[in-house]
Amino acid sequence: MKTIAELLQQHPFFQDLPREHQEFIAGCGENCIYQPGDYLAREGAPADDFFLIRAGRVAVETFVPNHGALCLQTISGGEIFGWSWLFPPYRWTFDARALEKVHGIRLNGKCLREKCETEPALGFELMKRFARITTERLREARIQLLDLYGDKPSAGTAAP
Amino acid sequence: MTPRPFRVDRRTEEYPGAFTLHLTAIEQPAPAFSPGQFNMLYAFGAGEVAISMSGRPQQLEGTTVHTIRTRGLVTAALARLQEGEQLGVRGPFGNGWPLPEAKGRELLLIAGGLGLAPLRPVIYHLLHQPRPRAIPNFRLFYGARRPGEMLYGTELQAWSHEMPVITTVDHGDSAWSGEVGVITTPLKRADFDAHNAVAFLCGPEAMMRFSIQMLLERGMPASAIYISMERNMKCGTGLCGHCQWGPNFVCKNGPVFCFADVQNWLGIHAL
Repeated sequence: MKTIAELLQQHPFFQDLPREHQEFIAGCGENCIYQPGDYLAREGAPADDFFLIRAGRVAVETFVPNHGALCLQTISGGEIFGWSWLFPPYRWTFDARALEKVHGIRLNGKCLREKCETEPALGFELMKRFARITTERLREARIQLLDLYGDKPSAGTAAP
Repeated sequence: MTPRPFRVDRRTEEYPGAFTLHLTAIEQPAPAFSPGQFNMLYAFGAGEVAISMSGRPQQLEGTTVHTIRTRGLVTAALARLQEGEQLGVRGPFGNGWPLPEAKGRELLLIAGGLGLAPLRPVIYHLLHQPRPRAIPNFRLFYGARRPGEMLYGTELQAWSHEMPVITTVDHGDSAWSGEVGVITTPLKRADFDAHNAVAFLCGPEAMMRFSIQMLLERGMPASAIYISMERNMKCGTGLCGHCQWGPNFVCKNGPVFCFADVQNWLGIHAL
């Protein structure tokens, strides 16, 4: 059975991170499995964790009255879910629900924050990696807003 | 260059506003075509419009298949055609997808919305290659607005048993079990050798630009990326100039272009 440090090494988010940092972070992590329909996160609940998805698919959702849960995005193996643990008030912004059996690593946010405070170099490296992910997600959300496949792109209005 | 009369044999509603016409030549057989080429379809009394072939390249002699979205007067007139009614057809025009470029490499087909239609003949070709296959590895990435606005649902399901098919929609619904998000996300995640792969893209121009950005980030050379362009095509032979795009006429030099050859033109607004 692989250790958490070995699993971290295989996940794209932590690849190329120095081995000592991976082992340092591994102390905050544990293996997790979610069955279809299980929630990894609930909107408004304390965001204590951060998930590395190893396999399976997760829906990021929000509940809209009279419509039900609307899926904004799906996340699959090799991706991460959750950065609400990084900033106060440390609460989830959206629901995250397993669409199929999900294998992942759950990292404790408080533990990670403390390690980043004591190891600023590691903290900076992690921030750079999160910044890249948030930039990618922002770009994807902007493209999604364009409604590219509609008759007329819908986001914004044409510049004068 | 006179339109030849064809009869609508079958009309299939793909989703509201998009339909497929199966046409049979009335007088003489329809010429063979290469995947990626297009015909000019003439709705009598309304006008002509360029529509790519979306049927089998080796289809029955005298038949042709076109998938069309209703966007203007001519396509609205085509949408009103019933089985048994006639229209005029000129073509085939333009170049096709450069399938020989993909020989021995992995071929990525990246389609958005109605852009799957010009790539469907490529998929038929790939699935019916004699063995050993000249292009052994290929996969389809298909993005659409909603699950109900995906083309060829039954075929997509069937293809997924024979090749990797990655579908994603901008907006899912409760019945959708696939991915939700933009097409660039599965492209970013996909496991392929960007230095030994070829990509054929067809879809809205902005969707192709974002997909190209991702392919370039993955390390794919511009010379391995091919796109199918859409412009206001009238004559189909490069004479009238309506579809001029930089130094090219889309109807004659395209509609399929190598990105390396046109990247400067793709970035110019309103060209």
